Amino acid sequence: MSDISYSAYDNEASLGDYFALLKPRVMSLVVFTAVVGLLAAPVPVHPVIAFASILFVAIGAGASGALNMWWDADIDQVMRRTSKRPIPAGKVQPGEALTLGIALSGLSVMMLTLSANLLAAGLLAFTIFFYAVVYSMWLKRSTPQNIVIGGAAGAFPPVIGWAIATGSVTVEAWLMFALIFMWTPPHFWALALFMKSDYDDAGVPMLTVTHGRKATRAHILIYTLLLAALAVGTAFSAIGGPVYLVVSMILNAFFVVGAVRIWRRDEDAALADNYKIEKSFFKLSLLYLFLHFGAILADAVLPFTLGMWS
Amino acid sequence: MSLRAEHDLHRRRKGRNVGVGLMLGFFVVLILALTVAKVTQGDFEMPRIEEGQ
Repeated sequence: MSDISYSAYDNEASLGDYFALLKPRVMSLVVFTAVVGLLAAPVPVHPVIAFASILFVAIGAGASGALNMWWDADIDQVMRRTSKRPIPAGKVQPGEALTLGIALSGLSVMMLTLSANLLAAGLLAFTIFFYAVVYSMWLKRSTPQNIVIGGAAGAFPPVIGWAIATGSVTVEAWLMFALIFMWTPPHFWALALFMKSDYDDAGVPMLTVTHGRKATRAHILIYTLLLAALAVGTAFSAIGGPVYLVVSMILNAFFVVGAVRIWRRDEDAALADNYKIEKSFFKLSLLYLFLHFGAILADAVLPFTLGMWS
Repeated sequence: MSLRAEHDLHRRRKGRNVGVGLMLGFFVVLILALTVAKVTQGDFEMPRIEEGQ
């Protein structure tokens, strides 16, 4: 060979590609809910300790994202939504993602033990294990209940935040857990309804594939009704308050109406308007979680709501 | 023919190295800040050394 070829390096990963392995969008939700858990707790935390602890929770969440991308590289390649991720795009080798995931998992759990306490670190370790092993490696490809049980992994961050502040886990922390846990199935099933070919192509046994789309629509309604009862009921717990009550009642009214509309539709009607109602329900679900936790935070930190509930 | 010293590859690698360097620097500062925060909190106690040991 007479000249030097750079072509082998053209697809080399940048720092941003390694960052993308950590699923920054999921990480931002983890950070937000963990911060709410931490600030809603009745024990004040030193700002530096709070910042460092939340950062380690974020790194732990990123680590589990990298492990998920390592394990799911084969199906990510098939699905349109995930085909541009760093591993299927050929920018990062699967082994690199595995190494990064394991290293960051160890680092985050160890550092959270030092900055906060053993309980918070133990919960983080369990969350990483649950997402990477129980959900990604076991449930995702074997049962249509994958996201129902797997949703627990996404529900742990506010519990970890609470544990960072108090060193314990009480019923209020589990209410925040339940809120995310019950929210996850309707959120993902709405996505599965309008991203139909993706999960079919990848052979992931989503409810839409195994039980049909009619059953999925019914499941969305049932979970939404249970979620609405839980979400509004939380307003009368120690983490609730007037802001939360108003926000929750409005959002749940819209959410239940959306779920009923999805349930009453058939596939022909959905295809005719390109899944308009399912897409708007999905968008609303994002706002739903953000505003519920925003309201918990508002009731915890705004001076005018303090003491009004208890 | 002049040799192009800077290729896109070099820029990318430089960006990666600078990024990792900044992260390590930030980590050192964070550990220092965490240590100061822990030590200056009211409940911090130095380990007691028994006399004669």
